[in-house]
Amino acid sequence: MLFKLAFENIKKSFKDYAIYFITLVLGVTIFYMFNSIDSQEAMLQVSSSQKEFIKIMIQMLGFISIFVAVILGLLIVYANNFLINRRKKEFGIYMTLGMGKRQISKIILMETVFIGVISLLVGLVFGIFGSQLMSILVAKMFQANMSKFEFVFSSAACIKTCIYFAIMYVAVMIFNTITISRYKLISLLNAIKKNEKVKIKNPIISIFIFLIGACILGWAYYTVTIGFETLTKDEKLLPPILAGIVGTILIFWSLSGFIIKVIQSMKGLYLKDTNIFVLRQINNKINTTVVSMSIICIMLFITITILSVSLSIRSTMEKDLKEMTPVDINLYKTANLPEKYINMYGREIICTKEQIDDSHLLVSDTLINNGLNLNILKDIVEVTIYTDKNVTWETFFGSHIDEVKAKFPGLLYENAEEIVKVSDYNKIARLYGIDEYELNDDEYIMLCDFKNMVDLRNTVLKDGNTLEIAGKKYKSKYSECKSGYIMMSTSHVNTGIILVPDSCNLTDDMKEEFLLSANYNANTKEEREKIDEIFRSSDSGFVQKLADSGINIDGMTKVTIIESSVGLVTIITFIAIYLGTIFLISSAAILALKQLTESSDNKQRYLILRKIGCDEKMIKKSLFIQIGIFFAVPLVFAVIHSIFGIQFALKTMSALASAEELLPSIIATIAIIGGIYGTYFIATYIESKNIIKECNN
Amino acid sequence: MDKVLDVKNIEKYYGNKSNLTKAIDNISFSVDEGEFVGIMGASGSGKTTLLNVISTIDRVTSGNIIIKDQDITKLKGNKLNKFRREELGFIFQDFNLLDTLTAYENIALALTIQREHPQKIDEKVRDIAKKLEIDSILNKYPYQISGGQKQRVASARAIITNPKLVLADEPTGALDSKSAKKLLENFEYLNKELRATILMVTHDAFTASYADRILFIKDGKIFNEIIKGNDTRKEFFEKIIEVQTLLGGDLNDVI
Repeated sequence: MLFKLAFENIKKSFKDYAIYFITLVLGVTIFYMFNSIDSQEAMLQVSSSQKEFIKIMIQMLGFISIFVAVILGLLIVYANNFLINRRKKEFGIYMTLGMGKRQISKIILMETVFIGVISLLVGLVFGIFGSQLMSILVAKMFQANMSKFEFVFSSAACIKTCIYFAIMYVAVMIFNTITISRYKLISLLNAIKKNEKVKIKNPIISIFIFLIGACILGWAYYTVTIGFETLTKDEKLLPPILAGIVGTILIFWSLSGFIIKVIQSMKGLYLKDTNIFVLRQINNKINTTVVSMSIICIMLFITITILSVSLSIRSTMEKDLKEMTPVDINLYKTANLPEKYINMYGREIICTKEQIDDSHLLVSDTLINNGLNLNILKDIVEVTIYTDKNVTWETFFGSHIDEVKAKFPGLLYENAEEIVKVSDYNKIARLYGIDEYELNDDEYIMLCDFKNMVDLRNTVLKDGNTLEIAGKKYKSKYSECKSGYIMMSTSHVNTGIILVPDSCNLTDDMKEEFLLSANYNANTKEEREKIDEIFRSSDSGFVQKLADSGINIDGMTKVTIIESSVGLVTIITFIAIYLGTIFLISSAAILALKQLTESSDNKQRYLILRKIGCDEKMIKKSLFIQIGIFFAVPLVFAVIHSIFGIQFALKTMSALASAEELLPSIIATIAIIGGIYGTYFIATYIESKNIIKECNN
Repeated sequence: MDKVLDVKNIEKYYGNKSNLTKAIDNISFSVDEGEFVGIMGASGSGKTTLLNVISTIDRVTSGNIIIKDQDITKLKGNKLNKFRREELGFIFQDFNLLDTLTAYENIALALTIQREHPQKIDEKVRDIAKKLEIDSILNKYPYQISGGQKQRVASARAIITNPKLVLADEPTGALDSKSAKKLLENFEYLNKELRATILMVTHDAFTASYADRILFIKDGKIFNEIIKGNDTRKEFFEKIIEVQTLLGGDLNDVI
């Protein structure tokens, strides 16, 4: 009997369950999709280092899944609580008929199991199809070839999803039982009559608070963008963040009062159609949901910012990578090794005679000495990097040093600047296909492309700067840094290289590093990979030989650079998408439930509208506008927040992300948000329409 | 005088063939312009059904209802809504004011949904509020004002659109006697000074005594009709009581 009652209840109130159901299904789908990545790995042709990255990513997603499960759990309990509250009257009737609280709990328990099982199944089906799309995405992100496309089903992810959601449902059941046991019959029966009190705020105070909120937000916006330079320490970020939160709450507290005052002064808008009603409905809704509106707004803000920035990091990096890896390999080693030195970990290192002897040789000589056939390389260019212990960052900044130190106290100002002869540089620049330079005998050029450092160095260069290098004075040819680099890297991270004329008296003992830059002498991809293995794999004879003789050559190949950066960025992107969608679902679901909570009051109000002669078209329109504005308000403020948040993020990660690459990622973000938010909006509108339709006759 | 409302042989059945209930059984009557007509009857007599079919909320099974030369039984969909919006005014027992709107906005809403010009709306609302003595509470919300004030706001809302016919369903049902008296005086004012035609359903003899003419309904039929004529209200009230006694004791038991 109870079973039948539970089943009929779900059938009857399926419309009420729509939002709850959508949330569960979306939750299950996303949970499964992100936990099934390991099973897709098999069908990807990836290198061993990429496999490592995928493994790390799976591990991290696993940790994040716990966090996601907690959020989803809370959301489900909240949504469920909303349903239970809507049905107080029904439970009251059960109790007057002599049903015990235990039996009521049993009915709800069965309903939870029903809806849980159905949503789990539907969610898994969606998830399994969604994960096929996911595998295409993974392949694209890791720039891997899909060896074969096959329909994968991850039983591990499936079991994990079932277990996690089973735990959530158990939490819901416990919560329900507690709620039911606290109910009193009289309050259950009267539940429907309890009208939410209309909260009224003094309009003058509202305007005042609104202005204060706007000022606080303005200050926070200003601090994180224009005043960015003053945020030198992490602690200094706290005030603008707090200001952002407080400002948001104040704005939402006062928003409706403020808007009413504004719209009331526009009689043409105020006294048109059902605008009065719509305005008051929204006013009432926003007034009673200040805290949740603020939380939703901030969640949306975080979602928008992390999605757009992380997607932008990705495309910026891909673009940079192409630019920054013009050749196949860079090899470099330290010159002039002393007999012993203290390494960066404070340990004393004693160099062998072999090592010291080798450190006077060019990289190519070392390669040959260790049995490498140089024929596997072509386009070889070798460059020597010098340092002058009298030319450090500190000497470069000269009189500006205090100002610079105050801004960036963490930099190593005693570091010697790297110096390269201009003809050496031009050789390598020709190979890389970047700008070559010319110098007179008394000039130098500062090459730098790391954005923050460029700004810093330009403050010195713009007034003209003179440096004494190897006993002779040189003045800067340009009043700004020029772009260029000699070593490949993942992005623009050259913090400074001084180009000097060949006539500069750079002696052998000033040699700091030898660099070799070359392409592989290979035509096909396979050949290239084979050569890459010689340098990378610890099993290759060449690497073994080097290790035996204790000679240390550092290096990077195009492949390693691309793989490591792509791997890192992909992990960030995946985590961002995972968390972003979960935040989005939470925000939209809470908004939808808030909108539906007042449905019984609304029912009454729309009945009155009908009685005084509003037609269905007008009623639908006013409902649509009302829900639309309710959904739009937190989004609009979140978007405004994000405009500044994204700018801040771009400045913080200037090496990784750039504004130019933002547009496509913003479009992608809009698509994701539009899809999920839109679904909830439409579901809410349809459900609200059904609720007010019930009283039609 | 012109006929505002002409009800011709209407019938309203509920149920199916095996179990048929005649809520209205062949009723005909008419209301002239500027008349104040009361309809009395016990609960279950069919008076609410009658009001519902006249107010276009419900449909008749047979017969015609003509309001200002328009047969409303033939109207459908949006035309019906438009008709209800523009030609009828409603006053309900439980006020039916929107709780989130101020008194001013509740009254103005009736005009805004007719797409009245915004400038005129303000003028009209303040004018009617003054006449019904509610101008001091226009910026208050329904929960801040008394029941009598609420019903006067509802009356203002009903009359502000200049309807052909004002339909009042137990307007004093939720009011104490003092507020009821005040409201009925307002009705008199609406009827006599503003020339509003009012059709009021009630089971309270005192409320009914403010009308010009009263129709008594029993079991879906018109049972009796009395006209105030030149009687004082007290004399008319006594007449009403007499008819009620005739109708049967059950009427007095209902409150």
